[in-house]
Amino acid sequence: MTEQSHAADPPILEVRDLQKFFPVGTMFARRNLRALHHVSFTLRRGKVLALVGESGSGKSTAARCVARLIEPSAGQILFKGKDMLAEERRGASLQYRGDVQMIFQDPFGSLNPVKSIAHHLARPLRIHKKSSGTKETAERVDQLLESVGLAPARQFSDKYPYELSGGQRQRVSFARALAVEPEVVLADEPISMLDVSIRMGILNLMERLKDEHGIAYLYITHDLASARYFADETIVMYAGQIVEGAASEELIQHPAHPYTQRLLDAVPDPKAEHGFKQGAGGWQPPILVDPPPGCPFADRCPHAMPVCREIMPGRTTLNAVHWVRCHLHGSGESSPGLSEPNLPLSA
Amino acid sequence: MTEPLLDVRDLRVEYKALRGSVRAVNDVSFQIMPGEVYGLAGESGCGKSTIALSILRVLNPPAVITGGQVLFKGRDVLDMNDDQLEQFRWSEVAMVFQSAMNSLNPVMRIGDQIADAIQAHERVSDKDAEERSVELLKVVGIDPNRRRAYPHELSGGMRQRAVIAIALSLNPPMLIMDEPTTALDVVVQQEIMMQLRELKEQFGFSVLFITHDLSLLVEFSDRIGIMYAGDIVEEAPSSQLFDDPQHPYTWGLMHSFPLVHGPRMALTGIPGSPPDLLSPPPGCRFAPRCSLVMPQCSTSRPLLTPTGNRRNVACYLHEQGRPVTISPLMESRGTVTV
Repeated sequence: MTEQSHAADPPILEVRDLQKFFPVGTMFARRNLRALHHVSFTLRRGKVLALVGESGSGKSTAARCVARLIEPSAGQILFKGKDMLAEERRGASLQYRGDVQMIFQDPFGSLNPVKSIAHHLARPLRIHKKSSGTKETAERVDQLLESVGLAPARQFSDKYPYELSGGQRQRVSFARALAVEPEVVLADEPISMLDVSIRMGILNLMERLKDEHGIAYLYITHDLASARYFADETIVMYAGQIVEGAASEELIQHPAHPYTQRLLDAVPDPKAEHGFKQGAGGWQPPILVDPPPGCPFADRCPHAMPVCREIMPGRTTLNAVHWVRCHLHGSGESSPGLSEPNLPLSA
Repeated sequence: MTEPLLDVRDLRVEYKALRGSVRAVNDVSFQIMPGEVYGLAGESGCGKSTIALSILRVLNPPAVITGGQVLFKGRDVLDMNDDQLEQFRWSEVAMVFQSAMNSLNPVMRIGDQIADAIQAHERVSDKDAEERSVELLKVVGIDPNRRRAYPHELSGGMRQRAVIAIALSLNPPMLIMDEPTTALDVVVQQEIMMQLRELKEQFGFSVLFITHDLSLLVEFSDRIGIMYAGDIVEEAPSSQLFDDPQHPYTWGLMHSFPLVHGPRMALTGIPGSPPDLLSPPPGCRFAPRCSLVMPQCSTSRPLLTPTGNRRNVACYLHEQGRPVTISPLMESRGTVTV
């Protein structure tokens, strides 16, 4: 669809050309690890954007930069049209931290073991001044617990994290994020540490909260299958760069980038004939410290051409809901530094 | 018919707690043939890792094996004394744990750790042990020059390969793998699983493969046991399990996780949560969550019964040798659909 169809639905959060370098090496041999390289994406109200990639590809770094837990090296984070990195130079304001919440992967590490569940929810309410007085806070805590499916709330509010299962703890994490009425939730692998039979429950909860509160999600995962089910749109990250983006079902059905194809191929298929598909061996991690020019996937790519080692292609639009950065599909319209935010989706 | 390599009979393991004892493994029986990959699947806390630890007899109190037999090549592991156990562990059955970082010694070079495993069991000179460690690293696909590396210098996938090399160091007839690739990326996981398959062809060992990732399990195993709350509720060749699950729990599991392959199917999940094993429900332990529950399910416990085609299921829906196709029944119940 065209940009105009989204006029009524402006992006809530837009990330443009985000870059992050981590200094490594010794004082006299300073080198840079390039964790994020010109990353751009858009989050919209009530929509889910999945960010998929392997460990070390920069997915979590991207989320942490957006939440401003770490400061990006360059780029823009536009929240409701305002560039937060320019407006709030010295760290995020309380307002921004309330509007953009994060859910972490490990429900065992993200709750304080010596504090009750009620404490975890009352604290953000107090700090962000979302309730006043003990009685109101207690009522709000109960409401929050019930809204994430921990009912009756009285049974849970006085418990400690160790008394809850992994799925229940992750629900507490969601309740804590909801306490401050966020507009954007950055969920970093929220289900990957949970049991298979519990995962659907958490995804359903996320879906319900999205519909009820109009939350925009960035859903970070390495699991393409859950992205297919939960996300409207999926972008694929490799070595700190976004290499492909499409409507989720389109990406699964017609992966265009060789890396996306490799990822999909590696997912076990219980309905396949017995035995593994033959994949290319010798999987080496990409070079992130002072990376060479060109496409970072070139060394592993079965279709690599000489040009791949020289120039990283720009975005090539394949159809209304699908773009890719790969020389196989053209060199792209724009240089990587000027890339568009991710393509708008048809409604 | 050949003798099974491992024959677990009515194994019962209890965790002694202050408020009573928890029967984590409830009279479980299964067999593994030479060269076979037997997969064990189930949710956390269903007892699958406890079974692995009891086979090696490395359970610590409060966990106590209170009954049954673990026959390996006809000898009961549960009757062995400490000397016999020392001989049995690693040279007969080796184990690969989930977290490679925690099973490697962080201050010892990986080559030395492999050599150490060999020298603990066999009288081998340092030089020969090193040569064998070089061989083993080649076998699992690590450049032998990396044998001087410490675990922190290796990637997650390489560490897991090193752990597999240690497990193979004495060429055991059986490997137990407890979630060996859960912490790894899909691409690395695929490589390691393919390599394991090749190694299995080459060395001919059997595998007890434990995971909660059913897609992986179905691809890798020959036969699968599904565990729920300490019981094996269904056993089937892996090629049949996905298309025709016979236990409602298996059906639920198969419909709880999204797939990337094939058309989008409806996901239903399993309502409720696993029982508190301190006071398990009488009868079938799955009955409170089962959408096809019948009156007899909550009074007596169904036993694992053959239903034909090398399949066993513990469910009253099926009579001996006369399986029922449960998929249409389950679908008609219209559980929570995503």
